[in-house]
Amino acid sequence: MNTSGSGEIVQFDNVGLRYGTEREVLSDVSFTLYPGSFYFLTGASGAGKTSLLKLLYLSQRPSRGGIRIFGTDAITMPREKLPALRRRLGVVFQEFRLVSHLSAFDNVALPLRVAGFAESEIAKPVADMLEWVGLADRMAARPATLSGGEQQRVAIARAVIGRPQLLVADEPTGNVDPDMAVKLLRLFEALNRLGTTVVVATHDVHLLKKVPDSLIMRLDKGRLSDPTGALKYPPRRSGAGPAGNPS
Amino acid sequence: MSGATQAELLPQARMAGPIPWVIAIMVMLMVIAVAGGLALRNVARSAANELSGGITVQLVEARPEVRNAQAKQAAQILSAMPGISHVAAVPQAEVDALVEPWLGGDIDEADVPVPAMVDARLDGKITPDRLTAIRNALRAKIPSARVDAQSSWLAPVFGAIASLQWLALALVLLLGLATASAVLLATRTALGSNRETIEIVHLLGGTDQQIARIFQRSTALAAAEGGVAGLAAAITVVVLIGRRFAGLGSGMAAGGTLGWLDWLIVAAVPLLGIALATATARWTVLRALERML
Repeated sequence: MNTSGSGEIVQFDNVGLRYGTEREVLSDVSFTLYPGSFYFLTGASGAGKTSLLKLLYLSQRPSRGGIRIFGTDAITMPREKLPALRRRLGVVFQEFRLVSHLSAFDNVALPLRVAGFAESEIAKPVADMLEWVGLADRMAARPATLSGGEQQRVAIARAVIGRPQLLVADEPTGNVDPDMAVKLLRLFEALNRLGTTVVVATHDVHLLKKVPDSLIMRLDKGRLSDPTGALKYPPRRSGAGPAGNPS
Repeated sequence: MSGATQAELLPQARMAGPIPWVIAIMVMLMVIAVAGGLALRNVARSAANELSGGITVQLVEARPEVRNAQAKQAAQILSAMPGISHVAAVPQAEVDALVEPWLGGDIDEADVPVPAMVDARLDGKITPDRLTAIRNALRAKIPSARVDAQSSWLAPVFGAIASLQWLALALVLLLGLATASAVLLATRTALGSNRETIEIVHLLGGTDQQIARIFQRSTALAAAEGGVAGLAAAITVVVLIGRRFAGLGSGMAAGGTLGWLDWLIVAAVPLLGIALATATARWTVLRALERML
C-alpha cells in the first residue's frame, strides 16, 4: 500500500470548502484515516457529509487547507495523475450515479473495463458480485427498470468490484431493507478485513452499532467532532483484524 | 476497453444526425475543387509543353505571289538555322479557317490580304536572345516578317489558370476549416449529452485519453461514411464534367485529363477529411476535459 511514512491513508489538514461565494460548507476539517480502519461519518442532513466525501473521492478540490491521499498531495497533484489514484478508490454515490444506458452487468464491469481488464477476466467476478448482492437475475436490466434498492446494490457492487484500498460510501443503505442493509455492511466489513479502509456516511444511528469496531466522525454544520477519538489516535489493531475503537 | 465497449459506453458520442451528411458534402466539394485544380494544372502544363519552343512567322504582303515566295524563303532561312527542329508553312486553308469567324468565308484577296504564316519549333526554350537572332536573320531578307513566340499569346490565359488554381486551393482550405468547425460543434454537443457518464468514468479512474478515444472513433466512423459518400458523388460529377469537356474536341480541354497520380490525390482527399475530423474531435474533447477535475 502506497501510504506516507506515518502509515495514514488520508490526511486532511485545516480543510475548508465553499461553493462559489456562499459561506463555507466545511470549515477547519482535520483528520487522518489509517489503513484497514472502518469509519462512520455521521451528521444531520446538510452537515456537509457529502461535501466531505466529494473531497475524499477527488471529485472536488477544497477552497483551502491540505489533503493527502495515499501519500500524495491531492491539491498540487497534476490532473493526469488523478486516474491512477481514483482507481484505488471505490465510491458509492448517494444518488448512485449508474450509467443509465448500461445494464447492471455493464455498470458493475465499468471500473474493471476502465482499468484495462480483458473481457475474459471481467465476466465471472462481475456475475459473482451481482449474485452476491442478490441481482443474479437482473444482470441485463437497465437502471431505469431497477428499484431504488436494486440500483443501490448495483452501485455498491460497482464500488467494490475492483477491491479498492479506500471505499467511500454515501448513505449506502438508505434505500434497502434492514436485512439487505446488514448484508451490505457485512460486505463492507469483509472488504475491511482484507485491508480496505472504509468510510460510510450515514445519518442512521442504528447502523453504527452493527459494526462494533468502527470509528465515528461527526459533522455538525461543516465542523468535525470526534466522539470516538478516531481523529486523535491511530486505531489500535489486533492482528490482521479491523481497527479497534480507542474509546 | 474494446472498441465495441467504448461505443456502448458513450452512445451519444456517435456523430449522429447531419454530421456524416455535412462531411459528405464538404468532401464532395473538396474533391471537385481538387480535381478542378489538378485539371487546370494539367491544361496549363499541356499547353505550355505544346507551345514552349514554338514560334510563328507572319508575312504581311498584299501581293499573293510575293507573299508565297516570302513564306518559302522564310521557311528556308529557318530550316538553315541551328536549334530549330521543325519548320512548316501553315496551309492557306488553315489560315483562312482561322480568320473566318472575323472576316467571313469568302475573302477577296484584293480587299483584305491575309498574311502567310510559318510555324517553327525550337529545341529547348525560347529566350529573348534566340528570338532576336531569328528576327534579325529573317528581317535581313524579308523586312516585313513578324516573329512571335506562341507562348506569349497565351500568357494571360496561363495567368488566369494560375489564379483559378489558387482559388481551388483556397476553397479546399476553407472547406477544411468549415468541416473542422462543424465537427467541433458536434463534438461539443455530444460532450454535453454525455457529461454525466464522462464524470462517472472520470471518477472511476478513466483517463482523458480513454474518453477522447471514444469520440475519435465515433467521429472517424461518421467521417468515413461521409467521406465515402462524398467521394462517390464527386467522382460522378468529375467524370460527367470531364466527358462534357472531352466532347468539346478542343486540344486545350483535352489537356486537362486527370492522370493516375491525380486520381490518387483525389482519393486522398476523403482520407485527409477523416484525419482532420478525427484530430478536431480529439482536440475538442481533450480541451473540454482539461476543465473538468
